[in-house]
Amino acid sequence: MQKVGSIFIILVLASLAAALGCSRSPKSLTLATTTSTYDTGLLDALVPPFEKANKVKVKVVAVGTGQALALGERGDADVLLVHDPKGEAKFVADGFGVERQDVMYNDFVIVGPSSDPAGIKNMKIAAQAFTQIAQRQTTFISRGDESGTHTKEKTIWQQAGISPQGSWYQAVGQGMGATLNLASEKGAYTLTDRGTYLAYQRNLGLTILVEGDEALRNQYGVIAVNPARLPKIKYDLARKFIDYITSSETQKVIANFGRDKYGQSLFFPNASNN
Amino acid sequence: MEEIGHGLWRAFQLIFSLDPQVWAILLLSLQVSGTALVIAALLGVPFGSWLALTRFRGRRPVVALVYTGMGLPPVVVGLIVYLALSRSGPLGGLGWLFTPAAMVIAQVVIALPIIAGFTMAAVMGVNPNLKQQVTSLGATPWQATLAILQEARLGVIVAIIAGFGGIISEVGAVMMVGGNIEGSTRVLTTAIVLETSKGAFATAVALGIILLTITFLVNVALLRLQGRAFER
Repeated sequence: MQKVGSIFIILVLASLAAALGCSRSPKSLTLATTTSTYDTGLLDALVPPFEKANKVKVKVVAVGTGQALALGERGDADVLLVHDPKGEAKFVADGFGVERQDVMYNDFVIVGPSSDPAGIKNMKIAAQAFTQIAQRQTTFISRGDESGTHTKEKTIWQQAGISPQGSWYQAVGQGMGATLNLASEKGAYTLTDRGTYLAYQRNLGLTILVEGDEALRNQYGVIAVNPARLPKIKYDLARKFIDYITSSETQKVIANFGRDKYGQSLFFPNASNN
Repeated sequence: MEEIGHGLWRAFQLIFSLDPQVWAILLLSLQVSGTALVIAALLGVPFGSWLALTRFRGRRPVVALVYTGMGLPPVVVGLIVYLALSRSGPLGGLGWLFTPAAMVIAQVVIALPIIAGFTMAAVMGVNPNLKQQVTSLGATPWQATLAILQEARLGVIVAIIAGFGGIISEVGAVMMVGGNIEGSTRVLTTAIVLETSKGAFATAVALGIILLTITFLVNVALLRLQGRAFER
């Protein structure tokens, strides 16, 4: 028993050390954001300077826009960076958020295998391309997770007057990167934001088939979670983050982000005070 | 399958280049699951022994509950712990959501029934005459229980090993209550999910190899606890 006892003491000491490691971080701001801003690496460029200037740790929780808004509703995030203007407007109207501002935009594109079995290449209207995919029943992968991309996809189906169902329409409930990999493996079509597509392009057997439709615009907004609802919400820091991300300096960083790596910008800043 | 080969190579690179991010992730995995294991063992071994050695009304449903707990889906545990620790939840005042403490709580809930259930089975497997013998030799009930646990040591260690295996490999709960935040709550399993979704398969495989290696080493260490009982 002594051996068991001594090992237990060691384990308890180790766990105490771990517990000490747990109780840290005096000042932190929780940012709930979408997988697209995280997976592209944009936040790795934006967050560290903010952390340094304000001596704060930004905890980035990268989830779909639907879950990010839900985290905001429950007060589990202080500030949101998401891309679902309709959902955001409702979030603010319902009293969960304050001071929504535009930050940047890019666009969605319809990608698929280069063999293009549905024959949608170079179509100018996204809804028409969707109609043709539905008519030919070629496999389409949907995020199916209430993310901003999924919301946009549903809007386009609506415009096309189609409620997609059948074995050709597969909702996978995963992030953008995972969905692109899946679509690539299955030789299927999917809707993606351009940034994530460019970031993972080299691993994918997918090409851009439809782009440029005004309906495919992807607007990102930043929202502070309403501090009136729960006392723990860090409104002051959230406010600082909004000022920071919409400042002309940060907007320049956003405009240049990705140019060295992809030869083009992934996001186009459009904060109103710019 | 070439990803496996790339993954092996990448694992060597990550380990031997002492990549600080990988080390931080590895260390946090061990801290979180280690802390959870110690807490779950300190509660689960006595509880399992008590269930094995005590007869009381309603023992059968309690045992059924423990067995059900052994199959608790981690995502369900994660969801409940999330709702409890959410700022809108009953324990929101603690401010533990998206911290390692939240991950420890979730993993204790997962490991506790596993350890209690296996301990109970091991203790019940001990010859019931042993208790009478040591008691007749003048042992107090407490000493008798310790003697039985000593006899059941092999099974109790397996209980702890099973508990550890259940939580070090678990991703659903730590993802939900930890948030997979870089430099703060990212552990090996959530990092594997992230790298996979990024399409960085080699890195994901490398992290998987590191996870398996660590689990192996911890199990070797725990096996030493079984000591002579294992050699018999």
